[in-house]
Amino acid sequence: MTPPAPAELRVMRPVGPLVISIEGVTKLYQMGEETIHALRGVSLEIRRNEYLAIMGPSGSGKSTLMNMLGCLDTPTSGRYEFNGNDVAGMVDDELAEIRNREIGFVFQTFNLLARSDALRNVELPLIYAGVPRHERHERARLALESVGLADRIHHKPNELSGGQRQRVAIARALVNRPSIILADEPTGNLDSKTGVEIMDLFEDLYDRGNTLIVVTHEESVARHARRIVRLHDGLIESDRLAE
Amino acid sequence: MGRLLYEFNESVRIAMAQIRANKMRSALTALGVVIGIVAVTLMGTAIRGIDIGFEKSLAMLGGDILYVDKWPWLGAEDWWNYVDRPYVKPEDVLKLNRIIDSTENSELEFAVFSAFRATALKANGLSVSGVFTRGTSADYGRVLTADFAEGRLFTDAEDQAARQVCILGSDVAQALFPARSALGATVIVAGQPFEVIGVLARQGSFLGLFSFDNQMVMPLGAFHKYYGVRNDETEIMVKMKDKNRIDQAREELTGDMRRVRGQQPGQRDNFSINGGEAFKEKLDPIKKGIAFAGLFVTGLALFVGAIGIMNITFVSVKERTKEIGTRKALGARRFTILLQFLIEAVSICVLGGVIGLGLTYGLFAGVKAAMPNFPIEFSLLLVVVSMLVSIATGVLSGIIPAWGASRLDPVDALRYE
Ligand SMILES: Nc1ncnc2c1ncn2[C@@H]1O[C@H](COP(=O)(O)OP(=O)(O)O)[C@@H](O)[C@H]1O
Ligand SMILES: [Mg+2]
Repeated sequence: MTPPAPAELRVMRPVGPLVISIEGVTKLYQMGEETIHALRGVSLEIRRNEYLAIMGPSGSGKSTLMNMLGCLDTPTSGRYEFNGNDVAGMVDDELAEIRNREIGFVFQTFNLLARSDALRNVELPLIYAGVPRHERHERARLALESVGLADRIHHKPNELSGGQRQRVAIARALVNRPSIILADEPTGNLDSKTGVEIMDLFEDLYDRGNTLIVVTHEESVARHARRIVRLHDGLIESDRLAE
Repeated sequence: MGRLLYEFNESVRIAMAQIRANKMRSALTALGVVIGIVAVTLMGTAIRGIDIGFEKSLAMLGGDILYVDKWPWLGAEDWWNYVDRPYVKPEDVLKLNRIIDSTENSELEFAVFSAFRATALKANGLSVSGVFTRGTSADYGRVLTADFAEGRLFTDAEDQAARQVCILGSDVAQALFPARSALGATVIVAGQPFEVIGVLARQGSFLGLFSFDNQMVMPLGAFHKYYGVRNDETEIMVKMKDKNRIDQAREELTGDMRRVRGQQPGQRDNFSINGGEAFKEKLDPIKKGIAFAGLFVTGLALFVGAIGIMNITFVSVKERTKEIGTRKALGARRFTILLQFLIEAVSICVLGGVIGLGLTYGLFAGVKAAMPNFPIEFSLLLVVVSMLVSIATGVLSGIIPAWGASRLDPVDALRYE
C-alpha cells in the first residue's frame, strides 16, 4: 500500500475537445454455455487534458473497458466514437492504425521486448508509423530523456529496474504523441516507493498536456487523477471529479 | 512504402536475434533443408559434370564430323538387320567425294577413309600392344581433332608412295620413349621399321571409356601392304561445313551414300551414319536417373525440413503470443506480424541453404583436388536455385503459423501467459 499522499495543491487544467465518446456499450464473453456480461451498458465521455482513473473491484470490467477505449477490442453493442470516428465498425487494420497514432499503452507487466534495448523498444511504434530511421532515433531518444532515462537508452530490459522498465514503457507510449495514454494497473508490479515515482511521472505528463486514463483498484493511485469513474459489475457506479 | 521497408528491416533483425538466441534449435531445424540443398546441388553438380564431360569428349570425336559405318554405334540389338550390309570401302569414298564436289551448296566438305586394327609395336627395347592403329590418307589431317605435340602428319606424296612413316598418340610415345622425344625415332610395326614423324598432344579419354592417346596413324598404302585389305574395320569420316546444320548434313549424306551404293527407292539404307551426338541419348537415362534420385532425396528432405520449420514457427508464435499482443497494441497490422514470422521461417531455411551449399562446395572442391578429371561441375546457377528453393521452403512452411499469428486477437494475445 502506498502511504497517504501529503496534502498538496493540485492544478486542474481546463479540458479540451471531446476525444472519446461511448454510449450504451456492452461486452459479452461466451464461456461455453455461460455468457459473461463484462460490460452491461456503459456511457462515458472523455475530453482532451483529462486525467481519469477507472476504479472498481476485480472482475468489475475495468480491463474490458480499457481495451475497448484503447481500440484493442470492439463492443458487442453500443456506440463508440474516437475523435468523431465510428470505431465500433472498424476492421482490425484500421484499429491498428488508430492505436498506433492516437493511443499510448502502459501495461502492468511493462511488455517490453526482452532482446531489444530501451531505444529500440521506444522506436517500435514509430516503425509501424513509417517514420524514417533518423527521425525515429531522435524522437525515441527525446522520449526516453523526458522520462529521465537519458543515460539508459542502450540498456536491455533485464539491465533495468522495474521502475526504469515502466519508464521505458511510458516513453514508448509517449513517442507517437498520442491523443490519450492508457495505463492498466501501471504500478501493480512495482513496490510502493517506485509506484509513487511512476505516479509522479504521470502527474508530470499531465502537466505537460497529455490526456491520461489510469485503470487501478488502489485508492492511493486513483487519488492522483482529476476524475474518478467507479465500475461495479459491468456498470458505472459513480463518475465524479476528485475533491 | 517507407513503412514496409522499416517493418521488413525490423523483421529481419528480430529473426536474426531469434536464431542467435536459439542456436541449437535453429540448427537442428535447418538440418532438413541442409540435406535437401546438398542433394539438389550434388545432383546439379553431377548432371552438369556429365554434360561438360560429354561436350569435351564430343569435341574429340569432332563435333562437325559424321561417320559412315556398316554398324550403328549404338542400339544394334536387331543385329540381323545389319549383318548383311557391305563394309565401307576406299572406292565408296572416291565416289562420295565426287558426288559432294558436284553438289551445289553442299552441306558437306569431303570424306576420308580409314581402316583400323590393333597392333603391337617395338622400339627402344620396349614394346606395347593393343595400339589402335589407323591407316588413312593425308586428308585425315583436316578432320583430326588433336593437336600435334611435335612433328606433322604425312603428306599426300608420302601416302601415295606408301612410305613407312607414322604418328604416335601421346600414351604410346610416352610408353616407348619415356626419357626422350619420339620424333625421328624408328618403331617396329609388323616387323617393319617405321619412322615417327609426329606425336599427338594428349587428349584424354572419351567419357572415360576409350582413350584417344593410345593410337597410331600411318598411310593407308602402308597399312594395306602389311596388314592386307581387310574390310571389317573401316569407316568414312565426313566433314560438315556447319556443325549447327547436322540434320541437313546427315540427310544429304544419306542421299549421297545411297547413290554410291546404287540403292533403289524403298530399299533400306545399307549403311549407318554415326556421330558423337548418338552418345547423348545413351547418357540421357543416366542423367534422368541421377535427377530422379536427387529430386526424390531433395523432396523428402525438404518435406521433412519444412514440417520441422512449420513446427518451430508454431512454437515461436506460441512462445511470443504476448509479444504479438504488445506489437498489435503498438500498431502492428496483420501483415506486419505475418511478415515477421514468415521472415523468421525463411531465415532458418536460407541458413540451411547456405550451410548446404557450403558443404556441397567443400565436397566438390575435395573431389576436384583428388580427381581432377572426375566429371562434376559447380555453377552460379546452383547457388541461385538453392537460394530460391530455400526461400520457397521457408515461405511454404512458415505461412500457416505466420497467418495464424497475424490473426490473433490483440486482447487474447495480451492476456496470454
Ligand atoms: N477474454 C475473456 N473471456 C471470457 N471472459 C472474460 C474475458 N475477459 C474478461 N472476462 C470476464 O469479464 C469480466 C470482467 O473482466 P475484466 O474486465 O478483466 O475485469 P477487471 O479488469 O476489472 O478485473 C470478468 O468476469 C472476466 O472473467
Ligand atoms: Mg484487470
